[in-house]
Amino acid sequence: MIAPFAGFGLGLRKPHYPEFLETRVAVDFVEVISENFMIEGGRPRRILREVRERYPVALHGVSMSLGSADGLDGAYLARLRALVDEIDPLFVSDHLSWSRIDGFNSHDLLPLPYTREALDLVTANVDRAQEALGRAILVENPSTYIDLAPADMTEWRFLDALCARTGCGLLLDVNNVFVSASNHGFDPIAYLDGVPHDRVRQIHLAGHSQGSELLIDTHDQPVPDPVWHLYAHLLPRLGPVATMIERDDAIPPLHELLAELDLARRIARETARATA
Amino acid sequence: MSLLDLQRDMRAWLTREDGAAAIRLGGEDAAPGLHIHRNNFRASLAACLEESFTRTRDWIGHDAFAHAVAAHVERVPPSSWTLDAYPRDFPATLSLLYPGDPEVAELARIDLALAEAFVGPDAAPLAAAALREVDWDQAVLQLTPTLDLFDLTTNAPAIWSALADGIEPPAVALLPEAGAILIWRQGEAAQFRAIDQMEKQALLAARVGVPFADLCAGLVDVLGEEDGIARAGGMLGRWIADGLIVDVFDSVDGARRRPNSC
Repeated sequence: MIAPFAGFGLGLRKPHYPEFLETRVAVDFVEVISENFMIEGGRPRRILREVRERYPVALHGVSMSLGSADGLDGAYLARLRALVDEIDPLFVSDHLSWSRIDGFNSHDLLPLPYTREALDLVTANVDRAQEALGRAILVENPSTYIDLAPADMTEWRFLDALCARTGCGLLLDVNNVFVSASNHGFDPIAYLDGVPHDRVRQIHLAGHSQGSELLIDTHDQPVPDPVWHLYAHLLPRLGPVATMIERDDAIPPLHELLAELDLARRIARETARATA
Repeated sequence: MSLLDLQRDMRAWLTREDGAAAIRLGGEDAAPGLHIHRNNFRASLAACLEESFTRTRDWIGHDAFAHAVAAHVERVPPSSWTLDAYPRDFPATLSLLYPGDPEVAELARIDLALAEAFVGPDAAPLAAAALREVDWDQAVLQLTPTLDLFDLTTNAPAIWSALADGIEPPAVALLPEAGAILIWRQGEAAQFRAIDQMEKQALLAARVGVPFADLCAGLVDVLGEEDGIARAGGMLGRWIADGLIVDVFDSVDGARRRPNSC
């Protein structure tokens, strides 16, 4: 059972380590990239332990490869389980994507076709991951750049079915919805209205870049207005939910990210007032 | 197409830009997206190598390093779930690219070993005071798990240090006899020290559990009694100062031989 948690957080990134360790940053939680700390020791693990003493921590992975047709990597799961046991994280999440096949690892979040075959496979993989980790995980919707037709269902129906089958939760990345909707020409509102709202445990807000033909999920920009509008549309359907700003590149001073987080707080307050 | 076949096609396109695979994945419509993924794939590996081999890059220059990265991505597909594993074969690629410049691969091995020591297992070194009650006739040393040793043929450590300090590096010089390097983490800082073959052999022996007294006996055999004992004592003092010794056991009963151990 995933503990309900509502608060506002940031992705913890190296340039901000001193502020998180030496001051009380105005966040309710931080999220770290799991793989950066699935190491044996040294300074990164010490810093994570110290951060954990001061803030709840969510573990967000990029290498579980939930969509791999040849199954999950047992060594990876064992290493992640050890980190989970040490950190006692708020959430453990990874993506609806794949990166590994036949012993090759792309280190990229590659897309899945939304077919019944893929649903069966991802269901089995999520079940295995949850058993190995001893807890429910959150699955994040990806930004996608290829329409792997023919599909049997939309991405949001796929996620709905996955949650129903496995009991997993959703990490809903609003920017990814916007990017994929723009790239594939679907309505992002239909997506946000179609996901299982009672399964959403965490929201990511981020920015993107315009490529030569497609939007690219670069996480190197402030959250743009269209993503804020989608967030404001989504919140009344969810109620209070853990929300965070995710920035992975061109990382600005911490106060700029905190200002973005304050905007998320303001939207949430206004939503709460409007729906009261 | 089955999911397995689709994933094999996408892998083939990422690593070889397989045109037939691209057509099966959607042809022209899929091309822009496939290019984004190929760029992501190569960029993440390049960034990983760039971050891991800073001094090597400084030594050979950005353009040559970019060429080496491209050659490595072609030669060695990534296999581990962690990008931390990807740099491990890069020194071998550099050996192939620079067969007449052994310092290049040796610099890369230093970069790599320092990076691996940085995130290696934690182990607190024994304080000098804790070693006073040790019976050295029975002692087996347990060395820090981050310790790495390898042979050198050049003055790569001096070049690495100069590059790190931002000063003019010395010219490449072949060592008059085979040397070695010791790399480990002390506290949170990865360290290295050039050593000779005698110290390397002593460390290798200590690491596999050869009692310290046997190490001394071996040095006495080579150097004579007075010099052998002096050398053993000198090495031990340096290993203690470097924080290399994390525990001491009795060679007879396996019990710890230091005070305040749990």
